Amino acid sequence: MKNWFMLALVGQDRVGIVAQITDALYRGGCNLGEASMLRLGTSFTMMMMVNTQLDENTLISVIQPTAEKLGLHLHLDQIEGELHPHPEPDVKIVVHGADRAGIVAQVTGELANAGLNILDLETGVGGSDKKPFYFMQIEGNATQGMEALQLALEKLKETLQGNIDINLSPLETFDL
Amino acid sequence: MMLEILTYPDPRLKEPSTTVETFDEELRNFLSNLEETMRAGPGGVGIAAPQVGRFQRIAIVDVSSHKKVTKHHGRLVLINPEITDWDGFEIAREGCMSVPDYTGNVIRATHIKLTAQNENAEIKYFEMEGYEARAVQHELDHLDGLLFLDRLVSRRHDLFQRKTHQKKK
Ligand SMILES: [Zn+2]
Repeated sequence: MKNWFMLALVGQDRVGIVAQITDALYRGGCNLGEASMLRLGTSFTMMMMVNTQLDENTLISVIQPTAEKLGLHLHLDQIEGELHPHPEPDVKIVVHGADRAGIVAQVTGELANAGLNILDLETGVGGSDKKPFYFMQIEGNATQGMEALQLALEKLKETLQGNIDINLSPLETFDL
Repeated sequence: MMLEILTYPDPRLKEPSTTVETFDEELRNFLSNLEETMRAGPGGVGIAAPQVGRFQRIAIVDVSSHKKVTKHHGRLVLINPEITDWDGFEIAREGCMSVPDYTGNVIRATHIKLTAQNENAEIKYFEMEGYEARAVQHELDHLDGLLFLDRLVSRRHDLFQRKTHQKKK
C-alpha cells in the first residue's frame, strides 16, 4: 500500500537544495505530489506531498543524509493525500500601509470571523528603512459571501482609522 | 452536437492551425457545434477550433456573461484573426477547458486591435479591451499551439508588487 506524507524542510538558502532533495526522494522510489518551495528571508522552505511504499522511518532515512548535508531541518507527517481538485479562490484581499505590529492577526482575525478560508497569504515589507511599509496579499474562499467580508473590512478600517488600505475584490475564473 | 475537448497533455494542443479558405455550410455547421461546446461548460466564454481537434484558425468568444465586463462585442466568431496592435499589460487568472482543474496568472495586453473574418468571410475590425481582449489573446494562442501554461507568471510578481517597485524609483 502506498502512503502519502507531508514533508517539510527548512534551512539556509543555497544553490541545489531542490535538485538534491528531489533526487534523494526519486532514488528512494518516492513520487512527488504537489509542492510549494520558496525562499523566505534568507531561508529556503519546502513543503511536498510525497507518495511512497516506504514507512515513516524508512522515508526519513532516505532524506536525512541529504537534509543534514544541506543543513535542513526536517518535519514529516503522514497525511490523507491524493491528487485532489484544487479549491479555487473566489476572493482576493490586498492590504497595505505603514508597518505596524499585529496587523496580520487583526486583519485575518476579522476576516476569519466573516467566513474567509485562506488559501494563500503573502506578506512583505517594502519602502526604505526609515519609512517601511507593509503589504499583504490574501487569496481565499468567502464561505459566508462577499458582503460579510466587506462589512468586516469596513469595521476594520474604522478601527484602524485610515492608517491602512484594504481592498477586497472578487476572483472569477472563466474557461477559455 | 457537443464536440470532444482535447485536454492537456494531449500533444495535438501544440499543433499550429492553418488558415481557413473555404466558407461553406460545413464550416457553419462546425461553428454551431463549437459554440454549443463552449457554452456547455459553466464558465465557458471562449473556445478555439484546435481545442476540439480541428486545426484551423477559428475561435468563438462571448464574454457578455461575465458580470464585471461592461465593454464587449457580445458573441464573436473570429476566423483567421490577426492582432494588429497591443497596448498596456495586466496580470490575471485564466482557466482553460483544455487544462482542467488548474488556473494560473498570465500577462496579457489590456487593449488590442484585431481583424478577423466572420462566418460569411467578411473582414471585420475590432478594438477590444479588458477581459474580452484577454479572452481573444488566449484563443489566438491556441491557434498557434500555445497554452496559458506557456505564459504563466509567478504568483510572487504580480501587479501590486510591480506598482510598489515603480513608486520607489
Ligand atoms: Zn484555452
